Amino acid sequence: MDPDGGSSSTVSTGVQEIPGHSTQHGAFYQFTQQNLPACKPVLTPAAVIATFLLMGIIFIPVGLVTLRASNSVVEIVDRYDMDCVPEEFRSNKVTYIKDVSIPKNCSRFLKVLKPMKAPIYIYYQLDNYYQNHRRYVKSRSDLQLLHGLGYNDTSSCKPLESSHDLPVVPCGLIAWSLFNDTYKFSRGPSELKVNRKNIAWKSDRDHKFGKNVYPFNFQNGTLIGGGKLDPSIPLGDQEDLIVWMRTAALPSFRKLYGRIEEDLDADDVIVVHLKNNYNTYSFGGKKKLVLSTSSWLGGKNDFLGVANLFVGAFCILISIIFLLLHVKNPRPYGDTAYLSWNRKNIAS
Amino acid sequence: MVNLGRRRMRGERRRKLHLSKIYSFACGKQSLKEDHSQIGGRGYSRVVFCNEPESFEAGIRSYADNSVSSTKYNLATFLPKSLFEQFRRVANFFFLVTGILAFTKLAPYTAVSAILPLIIIIGATMIKEGIEDWRRKQQDIEVNSRRVKVHTGQGTFEYTEWKNLKVGHIVKIMKDEFFPADLLLLSSSYEDAFCYVETMNLDGETNLKLKQGLEVTSSLHEDFQFSDFQATIKCEDPNANLYSFVGSMEYKEQQYPLSPLQLLLRDSKLRNTDYIFGAVIFTGHDTKVIQNSTDAPSKRTKVEKKMDRVVYFMFCIVFLMAFVGSIFFGITTKDDLDNGLMKRWYLRPDDSTIFFDPKRAPAAAIFHFFTALMLYGFFIPISLYVSIEIVKVLQSIFINQDIHMYYEDADKPSYARTSNLNEELGQVDTILSDKTGTLTCNTMEFIKCSIAGVAYGRGVTEVERSLDSKNGSTLIDDTRDSPVRNVPIKGFNFTDERIMNGKWVNEPYANVIKNFFHLLAICHTALPEVDEDTGNVSYETESPDELAFVIAAREIGFKFYKRTQTSLSIYELNPVSGDKIERTYKLLNVLEFNSTRKRMSVIVKDEEGRILLLCKGADSVMFERLAKDGREFEEKTLEHVHEYSDAGLRTLILAYRELDENQYKEFDNNFSQAKNSVSEDRETLIEEVSEKIERNLILLGATAVEDKLQNGVPDCIDKLSQAGIKIWVLTGDKMETAINIGFACSLLRQGMKQIIIQLESPEIQALEKAGDKVAIVKACRENIRHQISEAAQQITASRGTSQQAFALIIDGKSLAYALEDNMKKMFLDLATRCASVICCRSSPKQKALVTRLVKSATGKTTLAIGDGANDVGMLQEADIGIGISGVEGMQAVMSSDIAIAQFCYLERLLLVHGHWCYRRISSMICYFFYKNITFGFTLFLYEVYASFSGQPAYNDWFLSVYNIFFSSLPVIALGVFDQDVSARYCLRFPMLYQEGVQNLLFSWRRIFSWMLNGFISAIIIFFFCTKAMEIQAFDEKGRTAGRDILGATMYTCVVWVVNLQMAVAINYFTLIQHIFIWGSVAIWYLFLLAYGAMSPTISGNAYKVFVETLAPSPSFWFVTLVVVISALIPYFSYSAIQMRFFPMYHEMVQWVRYEGKTNDPEFVAMVRQGSLRPTTVGSTARLAAKDNDLKDIMELLTGSSQAESDVAYIHLVMEWCTQPNHHLDVKACHLAKQAFDEAIAELDTLSEESYKEHFDHAAFERQPDTLDL
Repeated sequence: MDPDGGSSSTVSTGVQEIPGHSTQHGAFYQFTQQNLPACKPVLTPAAVIATFLLMGIIFIPVGLVTLRASNSVVEIVDRYDMDCVPEEFRSNKVTYIKDVSIPKNCSRFLKVLKPMKAPIYIYYQLDNYYQNHRRYVKSRSDLQLLHGLGYNDTSSCKPLESSHDLPVVPCGLIAWSLFNDTYKFSRGPSELKVNRKNIAWKSDRDHKFGKNVYPFNFQNGTLIGGGKLDPSIPLGDQEDLIVWMRTAALPSFRKLYGRIEEDLDADDVIVVHLKNNYNTYSFGGKKKLVLSTSSWLGGKNDFLGVANLFVGAFCILISIIFLLLHVKNPRPYGDTAYLSWNRKNIAS
Repeated sequence: MVNLGRRRMRGERRRKLHLSKIYSFACGKQSLKEDHSQIGGRGYSRVVFCNEPESFEAGIRSYADNSVSSTKYNLATFLPKSLFEQFRRVANFFFLVTGILAFTKLAPYTAVSAILPLIIIIGATMIKEGIEDWRRKQQDIEVNSRRVKVHTGQGTFEYTEWKNLKVGHIVKIMKDEFFPADLLLLSSSYEDAFCYVETMNLDGETNLKLKQGLEVTSSLHEDFQFSDFQATIKCEDPNANLYSFVGSMEYKEQQYPLSPLQLLLRDSKLRNTDYIFGAVIFTGHDTKVIQNSTDAPSKRTKVEKKMDRVVYFMFCIVFLMAFVGSIFFGITTKDDLDNGLMKRWYLRPDDSTIFFDPKRAPAAAIFHFFTALMLYGFFIPISLYVSIEIVKVLQSIFINQDIHMYYEDADKPSYARTSNLNEELGQVDTILSDKTGTLTCNTMEFIKCSIAGVAYGRGVTEVERSLDSKNGSTLIDDTRDSPVRNVPIKGFNFTDERIMNGKWVNEPYANVIKNFFHLLAICHTALPEVDEDTGNVSYETESPDELAFVIAAREIGFKFYKRTQTSLSIYELNPVSGDKIERTYKLLNVLEFNSTRKRMSVIVKDEEGRILLLCKGADSVMFERLAKDGREFEEKTLEHVHEYSDAGLRTLILAYRELDENQYKEFDNNFSQAKNSVSEDRETLIEEVSEKIERNLILLGATAVEDKLQNGVPDCIDKLSQAGIKIWVLTGDKMETAINIGFACSLLRQGMKQIIIQLESPEIQALEKAGDKVAIVKACRENIRHQISEAAQQITASRGTSQQAFALIIDGKSLAYALEDNMKKMFLDLATRCASVICCRSSPKQKALVTRLVKSATGKTTLAIGDGANDVGMLQEADIGIGISGVEGMQAVMSSDIAIAQFCYLERLLLVHGHWCYRRISSMICYFFYKNITFGFTLFLYEVYASFSGQPAYNDWFLSVYNIFFSSLPVIALGVFDQDVSARYCLRFPMLYQEGVQNLLFSWRRIFSWMLNGFISAIIIFFFCTKAMEIQAFDEKGRTAGRDILGATMYTCVVWVVNLQMAVAINYFTLIQHIFIWGSVAIWYLFLLAYGAMSPTISGNAYKVFVETLAPSPSFWFVTLVVVISALIPYFSYSAIQMRFFPMYHEMVQWVRYEGKTNDPEFVAMVRQGSLRPTTVGSTARLAAKDNDLKDIMELLTGSSQAESDVAYIHLVMEWCTQPNHHLDVKACHLAKQAFDEAIAELDTLSEESYKEHFDHAAFERQPDTLDL
């Protein structure tokens, strides 16, 4: 009548033996008697060492692979928000950027250090820009983006719900603050073609932004925020808006601007003709232009690889420490001196 | 018809018997005059019109009907009441408030997603409440529809349900039926309206009570006589006092006073009486029993109380975080507008709502505080309470289903009546146990006897069996194994071929043996009942031990079969010829038993005309009454008696005396004089007269009756005490019985110093005689105080020198003083320093008070176990009340929290289920907080990067379903199924239980460690995810990760981490665990798929997030892998180190099991070593103590001649040998004596005298102690 069924240490098989008489009662009996076959792993030194070793063995190669992927990416980052302000406005950048009459043209020269294979992705990067602020995130109307003027309840878009008593499409702060710096690239004499199609997620284009919704009464208010939209192109095709409206998670973010579909060679100098329209000076944000190739893992970020390597190394280290401890000091089995009540006794 | 006729005949015969003749003491007349003047006044206004319950007069008095209800709700009150109950919980209230706030603009998420989980959870709890209440209703219905015979007019009685009973009804109760209401006894099957009542359900006393109807109604024996019976009863209003009743009956225009003697209380049982007629006085909720029953107190476990504190602590953290967040938010918001210049222009701070308005930043900060509270509310697990309740219900199902706690004989499984105390079962520090019906089965078995100095009887007692099985040798048990005894006879477990089957004639003292059994057959108050078909005789007796005696006499061949008013007849088997000889004794007097006399005698005249006084009584009173020439066998008998009591048997000494005609005459005169006196000290007079005659007795021998312990009680107690649980016995029984049982259960053992506190000193008795109440109380108080402090000093003195264990035995009277406010602390101090505590003669109230004292003063968990209604108070007072669903009565079970059928199931209930449940619940709660902190803290960290604006990192529905779908099923599996070690190991290493008693698994340290683990996991998840996906392209197509992707990835990691953490933390995987853990992870992906497939208006930024963005991207999978593993490494390393270097007890047991060393005795003993504490009780400790003592003595004997240490030893040994009562191990003492002599011989330097003196002194001291018992 052994309730435990004489469980020997059959962890390797994972299932303990069940005495004959219980099986007659079937699984339900075992269930109610809380005597179901069970695997009862114990953290033995061997198991611990093996686990850590295994993790190390998995993680270090993974780390190397990801690091390699990251290293294969060539990236050019150029911060232009300071340099593109004319000398005379350096002390008062906000006035400069707000003054529409001043032309905002600016040229940057980027040197390609390593050959870059097409497609080369163009990003703009904003820092200290809180696209994840609750007021900002909420300030949009998904239904309006999909159905246009037919959808009236746009109270979430306040204060950019309407201007001049007419509804705004697309409404809300996000659309209103659309990024509007523009870039043109040339290599030597020839212009590099920038493909600005297919930069947004397909599901956004197809299901979140209407194909028949056209911008209406947009940026017509007293206060102009960011970029304007071509009223003749439906929202579903305004990919820069779609990209912008998929809000970033963190205050530093990059957004895809377009693609250069030509290879760039080492030592090429790329001239960027940009229009520095967007106001990041009010809140002290940075603007960067990024040209980057991509790997199967995405862009350039060593973190994942380094983290993998670190974790893998750490695991191996622990397993070695454990091994040493185990060899040096086999566990004093059943030493009850560690038990709290015995410790208390010793103390008292 | 034949049957009926026979019954009638027997009734006739019995009616000739006036029981009042047998009982000379009990039927004293009570004077009630002063009370009766109050009838009709305030509090005494009840008027009952017997036999006309439907009359107009009765109608206007609208008395309660006889249905009882114990439900909490009814249809109308269920909703409001249970809702109120739910929201009384702080956490639920918090979620209600946040749920309501979610409908305002403050909410960081949509309202529905916040309120829906709350509705689900409250709904589930309410359904559970409803089901439980419905069950109670079922029970009520069962009770209310029991059937009883009621007079329906014209002298016919018909069955009706209890609930239809009305005040004034005449009912007829048959033998062994319960009284349906409080009745006035009118008449019974006995001539003088006597009836026997068993009040076990009310006060737990097992001996039958006598009730007697008024003389005027005692002639109403037949149904038809009630057709025109009419009487009016005026009495007190319903009250809770069980032992008083004031009233009067007007019958045939005469007033008759009524007393408690005529009152039959609901839920007591008619015994030994064929039927009674009674009039219903109090019904339903007016009955004294129900007036007495208080609402079951709602009990909460320590773990839950602590959990509340953890919840409050979490609230504090939440408030703190929200506060910090608000301050930062306020500052950044204020910053946004600087002299009309917008900083973060894209937020339009110039045209803002109050929530984000820089001009009103403080207000915005305050509003934000509420938003943050809602957001960080995820720190508090909303599903915690409901999960715990679900888990507990399932746990109780397991308890109910456990086949090892199922009592096959009575078809009674264990039944957890309240499910919310499961984990408390794993933390019990002190068990307070009732004796009768709990430890014992309340049957007595005649098992041994000593006749003429020869010990007979080969039966093995439970305690011997337990000790022997410990010793390893299995004793050959003739009684059980012999094929001869095929049908065990209840009450008789005696085998000895020297006596049985008439062999006794060949014994040397055959004559003494004959007298011995004659005495057993005659000296009693039993009534024989002859089955006329078979000629078998059965008996009805007041107490079970008397029954055992008569049966023993019958089995040996002295069959008592007839009792008349004045005579007793027995059949005696002539062993030589085999004939039956009929002997009739003329019964002259019965001097009955009571607790002060401790003996009973009958005076009979036998057929030869000799007048015999036959007497049986406790050894303490009997030996001093022996005649000089009656002490022939005294020494031997004494020795046997000691042996018997050591084995936990109840002993009685039998002796007799022949009286000559004159002596008897003189006695008879005095006796009848005393009996007929009406003065107050009538009883004292009777006692004095009896005292005089019961002298100069001739000793016959001694009987040993086993107060049968329930199966496995000694083993169970042994295991429990090995588990470090203290066991107190609280019994209403006599001190001797209690001590006997103490020995039988190994709660007491030889070598244990007994501290007996009682008020039997001569001074007190003298004072009592004097009758000055104030002086008595004062003297008693002082006396008790003195005794307690002296005992405490004794213990202090012995500490350090030896491993002396102490036992405290206190009687009810002393307890009353010891429980007084200024003394109870002292008492408790003393009691907690003793290994075992026995309180005898304690009233139900005292039981409850002791329980309360232990509970409140030590703060430890108490468990009370009992079976009778007298234990109800105790059961309700204790943290856990366990009812024994024995044969008799349901009162205790009804007020218990868990009902079991046998005491020994307690072992499994506590050590296995209790341990498991405690472990499960505490791990579960810890884990709950862990998982919610892991989740909630990522939200907080995200806030830091979202300028504390209150934007959650995750989609609204991700937030709200987290607690319900992705993380709660594995926790429930943990709470229901997890086992650290299997049941077998729980029982094998009882010390494991201490983990619960010391609350190691739910200590603040452990809770905080888990919380810390949560914070660490959250930090790792958040930073790894954000760093890995920060700004660069997320996939090959160069697109970057937005809020949606980061949120979904982080959430995936959280789901993985909390589920894997569970997998790492538990060490018991059944298929169910696998399904739940991996299932939860799988559900998350499925949810993501399904939710993402819904239209974007519902799914928001989670639209197609998995299929389109996450799944195709390798970085999502890599991030998941590295984050999840990294987040688990800290815990894994920690537990590996702990397991390896500082294993807890259960981990050691796991080692033992894992290494397969369970059969290596040395190894197991080493792991077990922690379980043997020096002062514990139980048979293991008893054996250990015995070994030690013998060892000491052997050492002493073989030891050197170091005189000084010898002397010290000898003192010790002498002290130990001269322990009060029977506990002399003969062998040990013999050795000690030798040692003593040797020592004396050796010690020339010291005066021999002083030692002799010491020895004499010690031996002398033993005497009074022994006599006390």
